[in-house]
Amino acid sequence: MAMDTIQKRLLREVADLHGIPEGAYNIRSDGKLAGRNTTANIDIVTKEDKPGIDIIIKDNTVNQSVHIPVIIAETGIKDLVYNDFYVGENCDVTIVAGCGISNCGGQESRHDGIHCFHIGKNSKVKYIEKHYGEGTGTGGRVMNPTTEIEMAENSYMEMETTQIKGIDDTIRNTTGKLADGAKLEIHEKIMTHEKQRAETYFSVDLDGVDCSANVISRSVAKGDSVQVFSSMINGNNQCAGHTACDAIIMDNASVVAKPELTANSVEASLIHEAAIGKIAGDQLIKLMTLGLTEEEAEEQIVAGFLK
Amino acid sequence: MIELRDVCFSAESAGVKKDILQNINLKIDERFVCLTGPNGSGKSTLARIIAGIVKPTSGQIIFDGEDITDLTITERAKRGISFAFQQPVRFKGITVKDLVTLAAGKKLTTAECCQYLSEVGLCAQDYINREVDDSLSGGEIKRIEIATMLARSTSLTLFDEPEAGIDIWSFGNLIEVFQKMYDKIQGNILIISHQERIFDIADRIIVVADGQVVADGEKEEVLPVLANQRPTVCSVLTEKVKKED
Ligand SMILES: Nc1ncnc2c1ncn2[C@@H]1O[C@H](COP(=O)(O)OP(=O)(O)OP(=O)(O)O)[C@@H](O)[C@H]1O
Ligand SMILES: [Mg+2]
Repeated sequence: MAMDTIQKRLLREVADLHGIPEGAYNIRSDGKLAGRNTTANIDIVTKEDKPGIDIIIKDNTVNQSVHIPVIIAETGIKDLVYNDFYVGENCDVTIVAGCGISNCGGQESRHDGIHCFHIGKNSKVKYIEKHYGEGTGTGGRVMNPTTEIEMAENSYMEMETTQIKGIDDTIRNTTGKLADGAKLEIHEKIMTHEKQRAETYFSVDLDGVDCSANVISRSVAKGDSVQVFSSMINGNNQCAGHTACDAIIMDNASVVAKPELTANSVEASLIHEAAIGKIAGDQLIKLMTLGLTEEEAEEQIVAGFLK
Repeated sequence: MIELRDVCFSAESAGVKKDILQNINLKIDERFVCLTGPNGSGKSTLARIIAGIVKPTSGQIIFDGEDITDLTITERAKRGISFAFQQPVRFKGITVKDLVTLAAGKKLTTAECCQYLSEVGLCAQDYINREVDDSLSGGEIKRIEIATMLARSTSLTLFDEPEAGIDIWSFGNLIEVFQKMYDKIQGNILIISHQERIFDIADRIIVVADGQVVADGEKEEVLPVLANQRPTVCSVLTEKVKKED
């Protein structure tokens, strides 16, 4: 496939790709398939009934990766896809998704991705998702990702989701359902500015014995932006759940943090922490005594916080 | 050289005006100067005034001949003033290497950065990529704070109780760090301390009590005054002076 510089840049931003990736991949560009590769263990099949793909990973697939970036460079594209991941048993795989929108036009560009993960027994999945927007147009850049995670016995999933600037409006929904011994680790990083709005909702059902979830969000809200973080953990068995939201608020921004814990078992151990505040004055002062200006100090603190 | 001319600082606490520093006049150009005095006497406030963190109510601050009273923290830092805090600041996500690099003001190789950490007795490999956050112990973060001062190497360095939290086994090394620092940059080093072993290396000791300089001179001249301060200052020292009597 031939890519122009905008497409190449978007790919680099969302998937760290500097060209065509190794292993299995599926690249979707402006609502159309732009490249696909399958391997002996990882199959990618176009859905018949609705837009999207099935990614099927065989049992015992280890040290392999799948890249499924979506890029939108035309203005006015409204893209909706359903991606289903079927990860077999005893796997150890990395899945890199992500969406980049470059909108220089006047119409809204939008991508709604619905990702369902079915993770087999004893499998380990690292899922990296990055959302990126750019462009000088007046048209909005909108993304509404939904992620549903179903985890079989003793499986492990680590989800890293990042959205730094560029997306005007986002509502992200993530749900998890964990069987015995399953472990879910979610790390979210968000930065909004200007008039952007980001809402994230997590809801995790800890159904199995000794399953656990850790949902951590770090965010920075600048300008007139608004963020809502809601994290619901339901402990239905002997399990452990922890959720933490740590937000830096600047300018005229507004941040809402709504952790919610429900224990339906005396053996459930659930913790939530939420902290919202401006950059600590002594942090700014310390960096200024090292010779940084106040703006430089602020930049360093924010960059470190979201690293 | 740093000079304080008639520096006063007062602040309001619980609706009552309190004079925290009164008419401080000092000219400091020695190698090691130790600033000591009882808790709450105004030592840290004085250091914060020199670094520009606190604005004096009145008075002037002259640094290397320039009146810096109205300069910002950043401008003073750029002129060559460094300040190691009594309570070092913690940052989420900023690594030890990031912080030392920011202090140096230029890109550092890993080897250079490790060198600074080794000098303060930290095994560099273990620390360089750690975050300067709550996970560091009190002694570790104090040492990192000192390492950033080495990386800055400016003509005036203020240390606010650098030995606090540093185990006694490392105390000798700490003194070596100051000595090496002086050999390298020949800058003035002002150490706020309650420790007799710091007094021993100081060329001059300034005693502050209730916001005023109550003694100023070499160790022998100053010790008797110190002994008359509140007993909380240093009981060991009091005993020693008595013995010498
Ligand atoms: N901004 C302020 N407002 C009110 N009181 C203050 C302010 N800054 C300092 N103080 C008070 O001034 C006094 C001197 O404080 P400072 O921190 O300088 O003491 P110190 O000599 O460093 O003491 P220590 O040995 O305990 O570190 C204290 O009583 C402190 O509470
Ligand atoms: Mg103090």
